[in-house]
Amino acid sequence: MSKKEEVSKGFLDALELRGIKRRDFLKYCGATAALLGLSELYGPKIAVALEKASKRTPVVWLNFASDSGCTESFIKATYPSPAEVILDILSVDYNETIMAAAGKQAEEILSNSAKAGGYVLIVEGGIPTKKGHGMIGNKEMLDVLKEMAAPSIAVIAIGSCATDGGVPAAKPNPSQIIGTGEALKRVGITKPLINMDLCPVNPQYLVGVVVNFLLLGKIPDLDSQGRPVMFYGQTIHDNCERRAHFDAGRFVTKFGGQEESLGYCLYKMGCKGPMTYSACPKIQYNDRTSWCIKAGGPCIGCAERGWTDKFAGFYEPLPGVKIPGLGGVEAGADKIGAVAAVATAVGIAVHAVATAGSGRTDEKKGGKK
Amino acid sequence: MARITIDPMTRIEGHLRIDVEIEGGKVKDAWTTGTLFRGFELILQGRDPRDAWHITQRICGVCPTSHGHASSMSMDDAFKARPPENGRIIRNIIEGAQFVHSHILWFYHLNALDYVDVVSALKAQPKEASLKRVQAKLKSFVESGQLGPFANAYWGHSAYKLPPDVNLLAVAHYLEALEMQAKAAQVSALFGGRMPMTMTSPPGGVTHVPSVDDLKNYLFRVKELQNWIDNIFVTDLLAIAPYYLGAAGVGKGYANFLSWGVFEDSSFDPKKRLLPRGAIFASDFPKVHDARPEDVTEDTTHGWYKDGKPLNPAVGETAPEYTGYDSSKKYTWSKAPRLQGKPMEVGALARMVVAYASGQPTAKKLIDDTLAKIGHPGHPEVLFGIIGRIAGRVLECKMVADSMYQWGIDVIENIKKGNTAVYTEYTIPDKAQGIGLWEAPRGALGHWIDVSGKKIKNYQCVVPTTWNVCPRDSNNVRGPIEEALVGTAVENAEKPLEILRVVHSFDPCLACTVHVIHPESNRIMDFKVA
Repeated sequence: MSKKEEVSKGFLDALELRGIKRRDFLKYCGATAALLGLSELYGPKIAVALEKASKRTPVVWLNFASDSGCTESFIKATYPSPAEVILDILSVDYNETIMAAAGKQAEEILSNSAKAGGYVLIVEGGIPTKKGHGMIGNKEMLDVLKEMAAPSIAVIAIGSCATDGGVPAAKPNPSQIIGTGEALKRVGITKPLINMDLCPVNPQYLVGVVVNFLLLGKIPDLDSQGRPVMFYGQTIHDNCERRAHFDAGRFVTKFGGQEESLGYCLYKMGCKGPMTYSACPKIQYNDRTSWCIKAGGPCIGCAERGWTDKFAGFYEPLPGVKIPGLGGVEAGADKIGAVAAVATAVGIAVHAVATAGSGRTDEKKGGKK
Repeated sequence: MARITIDPMTRIEGHLRIDVEIEGGKVKDAWTTGTLFRGFELILQGRDPRDAWHITQRICGVCPTSHGHASSMSMDDAFKARPPENGRIIRNIIEGAQFVHSHILWFYHLNALDYVDVVSALKAQPKEASLKRVQAKLKSFVESGQLGPFANAYWGHSAYKLPPDVNLLAVAHYLEALEMQAKAAQVSALFGGRMPMTMTSPPGGVTHVPSVDDLKNYLFRVKELQNWIDNIFVTDLLAIAPYYLGAAGVGKGYANFLSWGVFEDSSFDPKKRLLPRGAIFASDFPKVHDARPEDVTEDTTHGWYKDGKPLNPAVGETAPEYTGYDSSKKYTWSKAPRLQGKPMEVGALARMVVAYASGQPTAKKLIDDTLAKIGHPGHPEVLFGIIGRIAGRVLECKMVADSMYQWGIDVIENIKKGNTAVYTEYTIPDKAQGIGLWEAPRGALGHWIDVSGKKIKNYQCVVPTTWNVCPRDSNNVRGPIEEALVGTAVENAEKPLEILRVVHSFDPCLACTVHVIHPESNRIMDFKVA
């Protein structure tokens, strides 16, 4: 790192004044580097990038057909904490859940943002397309999206509802809810779009993408579904802490028993980890306190598009997965019954098993070569 | 007469619109409405019933655990799969952490800005280094010109009563509380896998046998929360309360209270829950009445439904019929739930009042001590209103956190006795019906399930905010929030801070309430599968 790239003392002093200890700041930058899959040497570069971003990037955060679970999830972020994100890194100009202003004064903020443009638009919740099923301030949510997406510099769709409609778009999809990408297409708007599937979004994924944006001035590498490769490049099964038990053919067959306390694999309890692409085992939740499978809860596949229908019968084992250690027995395709998209499911499962045998083969798909 | 519309109502969960008519500086009449249809009950039909506890958590991202638990309890009931002791306690623990999280978040981040003037904090003259730092941070934030979530608010309004030093202290704790609510959620995650959307409480109990590491981790985390609640949260309540005691009677409403009860007792008797089941009517306070699900009816007179007589949820009908907005006739998609024909307030104050009147010793002592401190010993009725709703949440938060520590010890004692079971096996019957009556942080929550052919035939939720945000009934009796708004003095109709206070005091959660909206309107409808 050249001399010029060092973080200025003045900047660190300014941070101290804001109550951020320099050690914490540099630790945060290091942690962020690790989160992005970068060498820790990138930590100082992140610090420099954040210093250069002297005007905090404005954010407009819109809630559509959501349950606010992603807002709730976001405010559980650590390193940086939500206070740091809101007060020091971004300028969250509009978010109905936390903003002090209400009514007319809130509407003014939104229309001023639209006029000024240049913000990142965060979308939480899907967009109802049945007339009248989702309105804000007497406007159709689809029209609000159109109005607010046009002046934005990029759109981040957080959580399953925003990417594909999520649970409320499950059959029979009573409000004909669609995801952000589809909605933007319908209103003829082309913007850089990042999809962050998961129900709810992992707050560290969101923070990671934001910092990536500030650091590199561009959105991270995305897969064919518009998801950041760094978070969606491998299956849960690839990195699962119970994986050794799967490989050895040791399974939980009853909740809350000895098999569970020994940490055996949850596949037979319906775990969707082999078909679900997400970095859950690595990043975990709530300041790495735990994650679903660690706590004995079989994965329900909530990082996958259409998971509510695709994986319906959450506690039934995935069909077509070869179980190691038992002579390659085919598990329970007969049990799962009429599941939507079984063919796709089998395809992905086979892929998961293929990659499982040869280690983390998906790593080369990662964007950080 | 001036009519004010507040849309969007912010610092709540979901989309809510408030209309009030003001005459002579006071609210003369009020109407509450919301704006989104997702139709969860329709989505649940035909599915594997065990999926319901995951799907219904997505009704609300703020209180997913309560929905999940009410759902699993409806199936514990339907499948005869009562959780073993440690299963029962661990569900209480996961739920308790959510209550603590929710009350901290509501007090500091949703409600406080109605009482705390952030800009005034700049004028404080703090002596403590930590407060000086917070003030400097606030100053540099304001000077950046990017006010983010603090922009365009009612700062400087004469209804803000705190001196600058107290405002600054509250701002400091606003920031600290952001971290504490996250820590409380970590406790849910410890046994639930993650929060929001916990993963480990299916019908029958919980999935995970807690390890020594989990329990150690748990006890010390709960200690940290308890310390913060005692030293900061309760102290802030007592520091701020004296400046707003004049508002004690504001937003009183009906003072009818309903609690289904929450935190299961080993007897599984809902009257013995930590916060017990019961109903209180203003007419014969403090008598505690039985709260029975069969006494619930839903009235559609002022909702956009075909008229009919009020029905119990178990046999409820839904025949939507949009006829346009007319506040003298039909003006909302919410039905009007009633208990024994009466509108009922639900939430922490309702639970604490029912607990107090039922003689629950911890609740009684907490409330009596608080009444003495604010100079109204022996008069719990002074708590009926916006200040009491605030106090109710803070005191309940302390009560729950204190109990949580003991629950951890109880789990350990059971393990010592070799009583390690957390889950009860069951088979799904071909036909079964069950009810789960529970409490979310914002009030009484019920899930009704009807299983046929091992699939969900019908699913029904009656949720907290529907009780609070509902419209008038056939006798033209207003809903609880509407009634609480009437009589509220509003100094400046352009900046209706006093209205926000009344509405926020109910901690509305519209994602829960609004299941259905009519195609040609933006009005809420508590959808019911016919």
